[in-house]
Amino acid sequence: MELCGLTVHELKDKLKKREISAADILDSCLQRTHQVEEQVKAFITITEETARETARVLDEKGEYPGLAGIVCGLKDNLCTRGVRTTCASRMLEDFVPGYDATVVKKLKAQQAVILGKLNMDEFAMGSSTEYSSFYPTRNPWDLKRVPGGSSGGAAAAVAAGQVIYALGTDTGGSVRQPAAFCGVVGMKPTYGRVSRSGVVGFASSLDQVGTITRDVTDCALVLNQIAGYDHMDSTSANLEVLDYTSSLVPEIKGFKVGVLQEYFQEGIHPGVKETIKRALLKMEEMGAIVEEISLPHIKYALPTYYIIAPAEASSNLARFDGVRYGLRDLEADNVEEMYINSRSLGFGPEVKRRIMLGTYVLSAGYFDAYYLKALKVRRLIKNDFDRAFEKYDVLVTPTVPTAAFKLQEHARDEDLLAMYRSDIATVPANMAGLPAISVPGGFVDEMPVGLQIIGKAFAEDTILRVAYAFEQHTDYTARKPSLGVK
Amino acid sequence: MVLTKQKIEHVAMLARLKLDDEETELFSEQLNSILAYVEKLDDLNTEGIEPLVHVLPINNVFRDDVARPGMPREELLANATMVEEGQFKVPRIV
Repeated sequence: MELCGLTVHELKDKLKKREISAADILDSCLQRTHQVEEQVKAFITITEETARETARVLDEKGEYPGLAGIVCGLKDNLCTRGVRTTCASRMLEDFVPGYDATVVKKLKAQQAVILGKLNMDEFAMGSSTEYSSFYPTRNPWDLKRVPGGSSGGAAAAVAAGQVIYALGTDTGGSVRQPAAFCGVVGMKPTYGRVSRSGVVGFASSLDQVGTITRDVTDCALVLNQIAGYDHMDSTSANLEVLDYTSSLVPEIKGFKVGVLQEYFQEGIHPGVKETIKRALLKMEEMGAIVEEISLPHIKYALPTYYIIAPAEASSNLARFDGVRYGLRDLEADNVEEMYINSRSLGFGPEVKRRIMLGTYVLSAGYFDAYYLKALKVRRLIKNDFDRAFEKYDVLVTPTVPTAAFKLQEHARDEDLLAMYRSDIATVPANMAGLPAISVPGGFVDEMPVGLQIIGKAFAEDTILRVAYAFEQHTDYTARKPSLGVK
Repeated sequence: MVLTKQKIEHVAMLARLKLDDEETELFSEQLNSILAYVEKLDDLNTEGIEPLVHVLPINNVFRDDVARPGMPREELLANATMVEEGQFKVPRIV
C-alpha cells in the first residue's frame, strides 16, 4: 500500500527501520492530495512549503521520535502562527494568528509535518460541513454524501489518505460524528484533558480538541502528545496523563458495558440498529457483560444543548466587531453601524441563527425560562451518567442514528431539526464533560457506521481499551473507502 | 409562536446583526421551531436543582503574579483593517 494509506504506528516502524524518510511520507500524501482534493475538498489551506521544510530538517537529522515526520492536518479553528485560520467563515477569511494553539505548539515540538488547515462548518456550527462559507467537503466513501461535521474536512482527509491523522474539535459531536460517517476513529477526550488555548471558541463549557485517526492505536499515540495541563487554559485539568498506549490490550473479559436504550428506539435507521446490535454481540462473545440501561434525562440532552451551546456562542462571537481582526465594513459612518454591518456581512446563516437563538435565551425576561432551566437539566443529565458509571465501565450507543446523508438532504429549512438530530447520541458526553470515542462498527449499504463508547471522566484509558479490543476482534478499520488508498 | 417579527428585530439589535426582510421571516420560522423543540424541557420539574455551569470542580484559577512579555504590538495590529499610530482605528464615535 502507498505510504499515505498507512497508520501512524506503521509509518513510525518504517521510519525507525530507515526504510523510508519523512519526505517519502509527505510526497505520498501530497501526491494523494493532488489526485483527490478536487473531489473531496477537505482543505482550506495547504501549507506544502513549511511541510517540506519540516520533513527536510528531520531527514537531515535522521531521527523520528514521537510523531516526528508523520503528516497531519488541523481543523481550521485551531490557531496556527503565520497561517491563516478562517473557521471556514468570511469573517476570518484573512485572519493570520500571531500564535499557535497549545495543541499545535505540542505537535510542532514533536516535529509533526503539518500539511494544512481543514474544512469545517462555519465556526464549528453544523453536522455536514455544508455550512462552510467556502465549499462543502465530500465523503470519500461516496462523493454524493456529506462527511459529517463540523470536523468534516478532518475526517474526510484521514479517510481519503491525504493526511495520516488530524485534530478536530468536538462541542456536540463534531469529531465523533464525522469520524463515524467517514469510517475512521474519532475521540473526544474529557473536558479539561486537552488545552483549549488557541482554539477559536464556540461553546466554551463544551468545546474540546479531539483526534481523528485510522485506528485506535493511532488515537492513543496522538492523544499522548496533546493531553495535559496547560496554564494558558484555566479550565484545563491539572491531572496526571497516562501513557495511553498501555491501554491497548485486546481483552475486555468481565468489563461491564451499559447499552443506552434510548438510542435504539425511534429515529434510528434499522440498518444502523442491526449493525450496532451485532457489535454488541461481538463484545459479549469477547466476554464483556453487556446490559441494557436507560437514563431518564438523556432524551433532554439535545434540547438542552440547543439552549446552552447557542447561548455560549452568542457570547463568544460577540468579539467579532471588525475592530481588532476579522472582516470590517468600510462604508459605515459611525462605529455602531460598523459593528452591525461587519457582523452581518461576515457571518453565514447558521452562525447568525445560533447567535440569534443564544441572544434570545440569554435576554432579559427569558434567561430563567431557557438558559437557567437548561443548566439545571444539564445537572440532571450529569447525575444520570454518574449513577450509571457506578455500575458500568463504559456506556455504548450508535455514534449517529444514521449513516452519512446526502449533500443537500437536510438543506430545506424545515429540515433544520433533522440535521440537529444527527448529534443526538453525541451531545450527552459534552453535556457531562465525558470522554467518548467513535470506532468503525460495521457498514450499512456500503457506508460506515460508528460505534460510540463513553467513559467516566478522565477514563480515556478505559474507552481506548474497549475500542481497541473491539477493533482487534473485527476488521472494519481495514476496509477502505472507494476513494481511499488501495 | 413565541418570537414575533418585532421580537426578532429586537434580538437582532441586541446581537448587533442586521437582518433583511427575508432573513427575518425565515429566522422567525426556524427559531420558533427550535424553541418549540426545546420547550420539551418544561416537562421536567427542576425545582431545587443546582444549575451546572461547568463540569469540572475548578474555581478562580490564578497564575503567579509575574510579569511576562506580551505579544508584539505590530503582530497584534497586523489583523486589523484600520490602524493609525500604533492603534486600532474606528469610525467616529461621538
